[in-house]
Amino acid sequence: MADTSVSTSSATGATDPETTGTRPADPRAAFDYAPAPESRAVVDIRSSYGLFVNGEFVDPVGGTSFKTISPATEEVLAEVGEASVEDVDLAVRAARRAYTRVWSKMPGRERGKYLFRIARIMQERSRELAVLETIDNGKPIRESRDVDVPTAAAHFFYYAGWADKLEHAGFGNDPRPLGVAGQVIPWNFPLLMLSWKIAPALAAGNTVVLKPAETTPLTALLFAEICQQADLPPGVVNIVTGAGETGRAVVAHDDVDKVAFTGSTEVGRMIAKTVAGTDKRVTLELGGKAANIVFDDAPLDQAVEGIVNGIFFNQGHVCCAGSRLLVQESVADEVMERLKRRMSTLRIGDPLDKNTDVGAINSAEQLAKIHELSDVGEAEGAGRWSPPCDLPARGFWFPPTVFTGVSQAHRIAREEIFGPVLSVLTFRTPAEAVEKANNSPFGLSAGVWTDKGSRILWVANQLRAGVVWANTFNKFDPTSPFGGYKESGYGREGGRHGLEGYLA
Amino acid sequence: MPDLTAAAGSSGTSSSGWIDVRKTYKLYIGGAFPRSESGRSYVVEDAKGKFMANASSASRKDARDAVVAARKAFVGWSGRTAYNRGQVVYRIAEVLEGRRAQFVEEVQRSEGVTKRRAEAAVDASVDRLVWYAGWADKIAQVVGGTNPVAAPYFNFSLPEPTGVVAVVAPQQSSLLGLVSVVAPVIVTGNTCVVVTSCERPLPAITLSEVLATSDVPGGVVNLLTGALGDTAPTLASHMDVNAIDLVGLADEPGPATRLEEAAAENLKRVRRAPAAEPDWALDPGIDAMTAFLETKTVWHPIGI
Repeated sequence: MADTSVSTSSATGATDPETTGTRPADPRAAFDYAPAPESRAVVDIRSSYGLFVNGEFVDPVGGTSFKTISPATEEVLAEVGEASVEDVDLAVRAARRAYTRVWSKMPGRERGKYLFRIARIMQERSRELAVLETIDNGKPIRESRDVDVPTAAAHFFYYAGWADKLEHAGFGNDPRPLGVAGQVIPWNFPLLMLSWKIAPALAAGNTVVLKPAETTPLTALLFAEICQQADLPPGVVNIVTGAGETGRAVVAHDDVDKVAFTGSTEVGRMIAKTVAGTDKRVTLELGGKAANIVFDDAPLDQAVEGIVNGIFFNQGHVCCAGSRLLVQESVADEVMERLKRRMSTLRIGDPLDKNTDVGAINSAEQLAKIHELSDVGEAEGAGRWSPPCDLPARGFWFPPTVFTGVSQAHRIAREEIFGPVLSVLTFRTPAEAVEKANNSPFGLSAGVWTDKGSRILWVANQLRAGVVWANTFNKFDPTSPFGGYKESGYGREGGRHGLEGYLA
Repeated sequence: MPDLTAAAGSSGTSSSGWIDVRKTYKLYIGGAFPRSESGRSYVVEDAKGKFMANASSASRKDARDAVVAARKAFVGWSGRTAYNRGQVVYRIAEVLEGRRAQFVEEVQRSEGVTKRRAEAAVDASVDRLVWYAGWADKIAQVVGGTNPVAAPYFNFSLPEPTGVVAVVAPQQSSLLGLVSVVAPVIVTGNTCVVVTSCERPLPAITLSEVLATSDVPGGVVNLLTGALGDTAPTLASHMDVNAIDLVGLADEPGPATRLEEAAAENLKRVRRAPAAEPDWALDPGIDAMTAFLETKTVWHPIGI
């Protein structure tokens, strides 16, 4: 059985047999799955892509481009245009024109119909979007298919309904759009973050210039095609691909009225400085180091599932990941034992395989960062453990990892690793749990596990975090506001509250 | 296409001598299209007094059957997520739009208006459905909320559907008026029994065909055609109906008051008839939804 399991998980044919070792008690042996790869035939990746400006794909003025690769195989997927300052200017001009001439004059009812169309086309083309997202990002198809894409479509559906109801949203009787929104999004949920940005902006009557992350531009470019299919007026949505320089140009452009950014706290700080002294409105959704607090009366099996979901969902590339496990001392040993057992059953490998739980790390750069911080954790004296797992030879991979004996001073307890690495701390009293949870410059999210309802609410009241999940984790819904306290950023996305950042 | 429909509906023969197949107009109860159990029907004429169809005359028994169907559908429908109900109501708009020509023709003939006005009414009906579809997952965010009570309790109030709603539909506006009173009732999770416009029932019957093919579960909307006096009193006094919208009795204070009195027996929520039938083209506001919502408040202690 153990042999079969090895050959199964090396379905890519690239596994180094040396890393597998002998695993007489491999729990995966009891759950042997045949490879179940999702077909790539549904997507048609072009060899090169231009920028999407004023409703058309255009070559960048400077003619430069960059490659986007599959992090699971390192194969080059496409050449993508790199937008210069000049290109960004053209995109902002197109957005301004569309704002002045078309979008700001259109009744909300009609704007809403365009958004409903986009939502429906995203639903219609959901498999294509999911496969493309998985290829470009490295996340498991199970997640892109069941979380990213349906939630993204639902986001458009939700905000479509707001377009003609803005006066009911509680922001005054005559809410007005801001103008042109410059939006910069990360690589961890490319299409979903695009939806979080574009849907409320358009519903409120703004036009947008959006820059996707340089490692994951493809679903944004497919989204541009969806805008064309929906007959969205040209210039309402503009997509400028590129790296940091392009993002800087978007944020710094004089004719951008609103900046929305999701990404690292470091870049968020730079953006806040860039817009200082201007009239630009800003929302920032930045890093996190969420505490996931497990009390001794928690349903432990559920809690373990929540811990695993909290840190290994999307390879831990989640700003609100439950990366600090705070477990009550009396149940710490039991939780760790169950957690390790559960981690041993995680399937790491081909993201397109429908049985895969943990996919590829998004880039070589991110992988290096995860390695660096994990090595620091070990050097600082924390105990490191990973289940035996076969990692493909090509691509960027990191095994699910847990550190025990972590103190609050350790870098792995303070810094965002943004990978499948969990730091475990213990506590004795609820007050201590809250103090440790809040002992962070971040304040994006937190988790609480206990059977006692009053304690959930008490802890939630004490936590300085924008989202608190009780007996669950990493739940997202278009109706639910999301955003951070402290250095996790400001403003909220999602729900009725998400409109505020796009209305005057 | 619109011309073909109009020709078939009005003349019955084409130049080639082909005889059209005419539709039997029936009731819509529990997702099925039964004739009235009474076996009765009545003549529906167009605005010019020309014969259009024999519509079913719903009986008191049909009304009671419809209430049973609506009650049966309530648990499932109100248990759907708001997101799902929004998608379903949006789907009604999609399918209605696909039958635009048919509705334009029926509204035009039923109401005796110009084609242009009939088109405007049908387009507004599509927009109205889309508008209400969007409310499904927003109404709770607008009328619900947390209450900062002065004690260590987490306290929140949320809207819930009241249950089975009887709707006496507008008598003049055969489609836009109908859609404007049915959509707000169902989008929040209620189910309903509708007494359609008596003299202009055909768009309502065609709407039932749209509902039947739009992922709306059977029993969520039930439509009865016939004289108001045959079914409305039964619904107003029915002990398993939770609320009644009397808008169809605009300008008829006597019957409206009698129905309101009957409705008082089990304390139905009553949406009173206005003095005159409203201008359905106006922004409807959120009253038509909140009239049939209960507010539920939950208290939960906070403490270690």
